[in-house]
Amino acid sequence: MNELIIALVGQPNVGKSMLINSIADARLKVGNFSGVTVEKAEVQFMAQERFIKIIDLPGTYSLNEYTQDERVTKDFLENEHYDLIINVVDATNLERNLYLTTQLLELGKKMIVALNMMDEAHKEGICIDHEQLSSILGVPCIKVSAATKRGIGKLLNRAIDVSLFPFEKSKLIYSDVVEEEILHLEGFLSGKHYKSALDYRDLALKLLQNDRGIYQKMHDEPLWVELSPLLKEALEHLYLHHETKDVSEIFAQERAAFAKGAVTETVTCKKSVSLNITEKIDTLLIHQFFGIPIFIFLMWGLFQLTFELGSIPMDWIDAFFGALGNYAKTIFGEGELGSLIADGAISGVGAVVMFLPNIVILFFGIALLETTGYMARVAFLLDGFFHRFGLHGKSFIPLVTGFGCSVPAYMSARTLKNDKDRLITLFIIGFMSCGAKLPVYVLFAGAFFAENNAGNVLFLIYIAGALIGLIAAKFLKVFVFKGVDEPFVMEMPKYRLPSLKLIWHTVVTKAVMYLKKAGTFILGASMLVWFASNYPKYPSLEERYDQKIELASSDEEKVTLSNEKAQRLLEKSFLGMLGKSTDVLFQPIGFDWKMTVALESGLAAKEVVVSTLGVLYALGSDVDEGNEGLIRELQKQIPFASSVSFIIFVMLYLPCMAASVVFMKESGSYKYLVYLFVFTTVIAWGLAFVGYRIALLF
Amino acid sequence: MTLSEMNAGDKAIVTRVVADGELKQRLFSLGLHKGSHLQIKATSIAKSTMEIEVGSTLLALRFEEAKSIGVQRA
Repeated sequence: MNELIIALVGQPNVGKSMLINSIADARLKVGNFSGVTVEKAEVQFMAQERFIKIIDLPGTYSLNEYTQDERVTKDFLENEHYDLIINVVDATNLERNLYLTTQLLELGKKMIVALNMMDEAHKEGICIDHEQLSSILGVPCIKVSAATKRGIGKLLNRAIDVSLFPFEKSKLIYSDVVEEEILHLEGFLSGKHYKSALDYRDLALKLLQNDRGIYQKMHDEPLWVELSPLLKEALEHLYLHHETKDVSEIFAQERAAFAKGAVTETVTCKKSVSLNITEKIDTLLIHQFFGIPIFIFLMWGLFQLTFELGSIPMDWIDAFFGALGNYAKTIFGEGELGSLIADGAISGVGAVVMFLPNIVILFFGIALLETTGYMARVAFLLDGFFHRFGLHGKSFIPLVTGFGCSVPAYMSARTLKNDKDRLITLFIIGFMSCGAKLPVYVLFAGAFFAENNAGNVLFLIYIAGALIGLIAAKFLKVFVFKGVDEPFVMEMPKYRLPSLKLIWHTVVTKAVMYLKKAGTFILGASMLVWFASNYPKYPSLEERYDQKIELASSDEEKVTLSNEKAQRLLEKSFLGMLGKSTDVLFQPIGFDWKMTVALESGLAAKEVVVSTLGVLYALGSDVDEGNEGLIRELQKQIPFASSVSFIIFVMLYLPCMAASVVFMKESGSYKYLVYLFVFTTVIAWGLAFVGYRIALLF
Repeated sequence: MTLSEMNAGDKAIVTRVVADGELKQRLFSLGLHKGSHLQIKATSIAKSTMEIEVGSTLLALRFEEAKSIGVQRA
């Protein structure tokens, strides 16, 4: 069977992900590039009796090695096996996009240029003569629109066509000065009948570009003695002409000139309408004084929405899992198995699934900020502020992602090129409360604060976590990671209406990731907590209580006794032993052993904190062990000051196991994980202590 | 003069880029090189970052980085 592997390459914000989404429909597979945690989206399908695989490479402005994404793309293009490049360019910003195209043309691979966003270009009155552009570039150019799905079939057909024909060299032509020197060197090489796998033009070009690999190879050749002075002369000539001795700058100028020439010849009636709209929106959104308040208002709105709107389906889910637990008990009985399934598995997973609405809304908001182009504005607005704390405007993106989940947040920190900037950002991402901590906050805010205040308390928790993170960053910058800052240069993409499909895709991917975690990690952890809290068994103790209960005179006494029984059994369980043995450490900050156990189980996954509390407090008490029952128990058994201390500790301590593993990978060493553990624990304990003592005064 | 000395609304032509390798490459690939025309669209509060228009691209950069871009008023 014929296989065709296509690499999708383009600059950021050209609609590459939307294009692969349009091609793939629902068949898109999202994974990682091997060895690194850069997202890799690919789609496989059959067309014209051929097996086609399209791989979406990370967006890159040029084939340099500035960021991790760029390294991945460059590495793939140079070392992996693929048959064809589809270079996606933004038709409304052709000149800059062609810069990358000129670099891709030199790879000597079959290529097609997809002129994306043609619908937008039309609206802006931009006309592109794609046939003329094809003949200038020497590769086919196809007009497409990922948003309206036009031209996609044609693009694929053309890709298959091109793959069937032999490779034709592209026609990237440089300025006369460079071409002249290429000709000189070519003449020399052919005069010497030099045998080379590369053709002479490519060889000459690589020599002029100071390609390290070629120099090493040529250096060992006998003709190097004669070639060297020629080359030196050629380079001197270029230096003189371009008024710089930096070869990369010379070729950057050459590429820019080529791109400009190509645009001049092919693009007509250009009037930049949408940039005007973008500029108009920008005058408001990045306004010196209004910009930041608008941003804070939007974030506040998002959190309110998450809390208010999310509470509606949460009630349904709560009721559903409560009923499911009861139903399970009718099937498996009230005994061991029934308890394992209803109290361990179903209530544990139920507590997790319940917060899915919150997570979906939050990720929807973040995806919206990203796809509209507002995220870059936020970085622009906040860099001055973040820079003061030793961070980077771009740190904002991983940090704000940290509010969703630390795992992608750690991964997105890769856009920070400077190691120290990245490490500082990585260290404080955990302070941005992730979506999985939300259940804990919602539970405690709901239990210990008035209902109309819960949203505000939640907002305050998030802001406080972020502020402590910033102070911690400053501390790290001043005392630990000293050094030069990463330069801040980023594109501010045009404002675009969000693609609902793309947002849907992002939200679904995130929700599925969260549920997978609930289905595996958290299910396992909650069963473990169930086991640890039910074993070892103490039959004689149980019997003694059962006798007492039978002998009890009033119903009230019976309830008290059975609660006491459950309490005693729990205290003597594995979980109780663990909690009691480490309890000493947490007594100064007002935790009882149950809170200690819940907190420690949260090291596995933050979601488990709530399910552990559910098992620990709702067990053996009221029949309803759903959310409301738990809230009542917490109100009964935990003093206000301890709840404040608990919230603070959860806000700041080590992220979950999965996130910690990713952190270790991203930071590059396990020793950083040890540092992170010590760093977060010290801060969490210290501030919880302060919070506890202050709350005691009220 | 350098880009950092200019104000919102000013237009300029780049005369030289004196950044180190990587920053320079990044500026080039975003369309900012010797001879490009640019306009400063906005500056953030306390003049820490600026938004400039180069060709049909909007870029954000720090005043610190703007110091390494030599310009001439246009």
